[in-house]
Amino acid sequence: MLPLMGSLAVALLSTGARNAAGLIAGATALAGTVLIGCLYPVLAGGRVLESRIAWLPSLGVDLVLRLDGLSWLFASLVLAIGFLVVIYARYYMSSQDPVPRFFSFLLAFMGAMLGLVLSGNLVQLAFFWELTSLTSFLLIGYWHQNESARTSARMALIVTAAGGLCLLLGVVLIGKIVGSYDLKDVLASGDAIRQHPLYMPALILVLIGAFSKSAQFPFHFWLPHAMAAPTPVSAYLHSATMVKAGIFVMIRLWPVLAGTDAWYYIVTSTGVATLVVGAWAAIFQQDLKGLLAYSTISHLGIITLLLGISSPLAAVAAIFHTLNHAFFKASLFMAAGIIDHEAGTRDLRRLSGLYRFMPITGTLAMVAAAAMAGVPLLNGFLSKEMLLAEALEDYNDTWLDQALPYLVSLALVFSVLYSVRFIHQTFFGPRPELGHTPHEAPHWMRVPIEVLVLACLLIGIFPAITIGPILGLAAHAVLGDSTPAYSLAIWHGFSQPLFLSVVALVLGAVGYVLFAGRLNAISAPPLVGLLKGRRMFDAALYFLVAGARWLETRTGTNRLQPQLRVLVMVALLAGVLPFLHYGYSLGSRHGTVLDPGFGILWVIGGVLAIAGAWQAKYQRLAAVVLVSGVGMVSCITFVWLSAPDLALTQLLVETVTTVLLLLGLRWLPKRLPDVWPERHTPASVRVRRARDLLIAILAGGGMALVSFAVMTRPLPDTISRFFIEHSYADAGGRNVVNVILVDFRAFDTLGEITVLAIVAITVFSLLRRFRPAGESVRGPLQQRRQDAFDEAGEDREPGDTLSDYLLAPRVIIEWLFPVIIVFALYLLIRGHDLPGGGFAAGVTMSIALVLQYIAAGTRSAESRLRVRPMNWMAGGLLAAAGTGTAAMLFGYPFLTSWFRYLDLPIIGKVPIATALLFDLGVFLLVVGATAVILIAIAHQSIRTPLRQKVAPVEPAPEQI
Amino acid sequence: MELVLALGIGILTSSGVWLILRPRTFQVILGLSLLSYAVNLFIYAIGRLKVDAPPIVGAVAGAASQYDDPLPQALVLTAIVISFAMTALLLVVLLASRGITGTDHVDGDDGE
Repeated sequence: MLPLMGSLAVALLSTGARNAAGLIAGATALAGTVLIGCLYPVLAGGRVLESRIAWLPSLGVDLVLRLDGLSWLFASLVLAIGFLVVIYARYYMSSQDPVPRFFSFLLAFMGAMLGLVLSGNLVQLAFFWELTSLTSFLLIGYWHQNESARTSARMALIVTAAGGLCLLLGVVLIGKIVGSYDLKDVLASGDAIRQHPLYMPALILVLIGAFSKSAQFPFHFWLPHAMAAPTPVSAYLHSATMVKAGIFVMIRLWPVLAGTDAWYYIVTSTGVATLVVGAWAAIFQQDLKGLLAYSTISHLGIITLLLGISSPLAAVAAIFHTLNHAFFKASLFMAAGIIDHEAGTRDLRRLSGLYRFMPITGTLAMVAAAAMAGVPLLNGFLSKEMLLAEALEDYNDTWLDQALPYLVSLALVFSVLYSVRFIHQTFFGPRPELGHTPHEAPHWMRVPIEVLVLACLLIGIFPAITIGPILGLAAHAVLGDSTPAYSLAIWHGFSQPLFLSVVALVLGAVGYVLFAGRLNAISAPPLVGLLKGRRMFDAALYFLVAGARWLETRTGTNRLQPQLRVLVMVALLAGVLPFLHYGYSLGSRHGTVLDPGFGILWVIGGVLAIAGAWQAKYQRLAAVVLVSGVGMVSCITFVWLSAPDLALTQLLVETVTTVLLLLGLRWLPKRLPDVWPERHTPASVRVRRARDLLIAILAGGGMALVSFAVMTRPLPDTISRFFIEHSYADAGGRNVVNVILVDFRAFDTLGEITVLAIVAITVFSLLRRFRPAGESVRGPLQQRRQDAFDEAGEDREPGDTLSDYLLAPRVIIEWLFPVIIVFALYLLIRGHDLPGGGFAAGVTMSIALVLQYIAAGTRSAESRLRVRPMNWMAGGLLAAAGTGTAAMLFGYPFLTSWFRYLDLPIIGKVPIATALLFDLGVFLLVVGATAVILIAIAHQSIRTPLRQKVAPVEPAPEQI
Repeated sequence: MELVLALGIGILTSSGVWLILRPRTFQVILGLSLLSYAVNLFIYAIGRLKVDAPPIVGAVAGAASQYDDPLPQALVLTAIVISFAMTALLLVVLLASRGITGTDHVDGDDGE
């Protein structure tokens, strides 16, 4: 996972750090290459390395890294070519581009690709598969200012990620058949898979995944579009790695999936179709990279075709060609990048005669192109010989088998043709009309190409020494003991394959001589050009989006009321269904005797609630008072029914809520009389109201029935007994409710106060950008009258009337300030044993603060008292979390509490518990959060209204 | 007692649901307040009703049946505080929406 870490490191660099980013990326890739190189002797000894980390043990999914011959081959390909591409990209990327981002993406991709080839588990494989799709999306869309880069990146992502989804389904099916996702187990149960009824769907799904990734017909269209990516990306993704992922999966699962008729027909025919279509289209490309892209498609077709043939020898050839293709195609892409860089165009019609300016690059490109065309003494020749031999071999007497030699030879003619065209058009001919003189690329930009071309030559000339052992290792990993004997010699004597090779070379060259002029005039390949993969893709996408939109407009709404209505009705339905099924009955528990006082209390409560609901539209102040009356009723209910803590908290919170709502009232519009004059309410509105009333009554009735049914049943034995029994013995607190909050379930409470802090900060930041409606910017009517009166009087200041009115309350409240604080602290300290605790104390404390604001006015309160609620909140969170962490310092789990009773002189026995510290944190946070909410709203009234023209700059944020 | 409380919860729920289905923001806030009273009482009632049995234990804890169930109480205690935070957040969002859209309709426009 080295590259992933490298990616993170590079991502942190600044955009200008071009060299540093390149250095880190190169070092990472080099280190990986060396590491994997060191592992070769181990593998050559026939061992398979595995490293296992438990990931989802319950699902049988572990994170397994598995290194055998095949994955070693692919991993070294990924790392070594990755290293070369990094060197190349360092010189290719312009200094205006954010280069570190590029290297970061590249390394991330490298990591994903490595994860893919090293996966020892099918689910993991699918996961890394999607990761490569994602990172390649980022790489293709690297020049995101470019429209075509964006669309091609999106297209590549959609095609390959959808394929990845199919692959995931496929491997899940395989996992179902085998009973394990582990690659080892899967590879061992080939026969079971092939005979299983689910084989067919699994095969098709896996193949769709592989085909889409490896740009097989008919999913090939994304690859040419992906050429919008920077050239190093093309060289890396579209020669050696990304497109080989599909091939890799096919090779990996070859032992278990191949060998059936279905496999033969699907894979071989797809391979042949891709080969011919790709090679044919490549001839007609005018874009250098487009030509290479289509030739890549056709070469991927070759590999697929070989895999489809299902003979062990063909599989060896497939692996071999994968390797060869990576070498010559990467170097060709890099050469194309240099040409583009130097000549300023990639259009074959405009390029010519570049050889005289860049002889070295030209020679390199020629060798690589010759390898692509399959000229003897180069690596491409060897694998092509193997391909021809396999195509000629009679495996079964189907028409496909009969037609193979002809189709393959035809495609080879095409491939010679486009290779010659590539070289001749670019490097030979008259001097180009470019307006500037191109010259040779920097030395280090050519080095990667030199290395790759050297590899092509070495493999081509000394195959048995250079590539033999590695290929043998990889082939053995796939085929096991049935690895066939094969020969990598250049000279097999005069044979049919050789004859076909020569014919193809000659025909291709002749074809170019004949048609070269005409090819330049054609803009789209005939026949194949009619298959507009892209247009179909766009149409499919359009219908998908339009369909989704239609569905949304039909079924969705962004109006709140219908949504809430549906919500309530679904809840109602969910509540009713069990009763319809099981029937409604009452339990056997004897109820508590009804106290008439309680009855009267709830008569009042019910009336208040209904009246509040009735009045909420026009009489907001009355409604607030009525609703807080209901709060008081529920508070008294808690006292009555043995819940003093709840009653206390409810009482205090009710107070601040009422203050809050009253503060908010000022910003709401005046309620005009009904939009519809009395008696002319439209029928639709009446129907809606009646329906809502019905829903409301049903909901209320349902709740009443459910709660009555619950309350008449005896209480089962719950965890509460544990809390009651251990509260004093283990936690040193008598007040069980408080002990639950600060000790047994302290983690929940920690989460809860964090939520509170987040809400407070959200409120604060929402209000910083608050823009009141125009009509409520001026002070309320009453305040304006008072101010007018004050201004009229000679010895009066604005605001005097108000402070005169409030003189007596202000004095009382100011005197009460310390008293309330002491009360709050008392509540806090006694909380562990008696009703009270951090929540109640915190709210009390904030009431003390808010009362000062109410009595003295915001400005004068703040001139004497600086509350810094943010500090309170921070302190609270720190105290609570710190108490928890402190337990860890002593080796206990997070939030373990400790307590002891201390004998202090005079005061007596005092309980000391770390839970008290935690409660202190709760207290501080509640004070801070409540205060910040209330003060932030209160501040809106004294803010200077923002005038856009006069003061474009927002007033400095208030000191709170 | 149980019957009275059940009816009370029912009435609070009805009023709350009626209000949250109304089109004006302030009605929705009050509706949510009423609804949260109802839900708090309901959660509390799950622990059954007991008079004069607060869950405050002596030095030696008696049998669990002597006390009111402390667990729902702890749940409701946090719920009360959270519902305050929710009311505050909602109020501010609604005020901001009123400032931006110029109306106090829940959907930001008065078209019925």
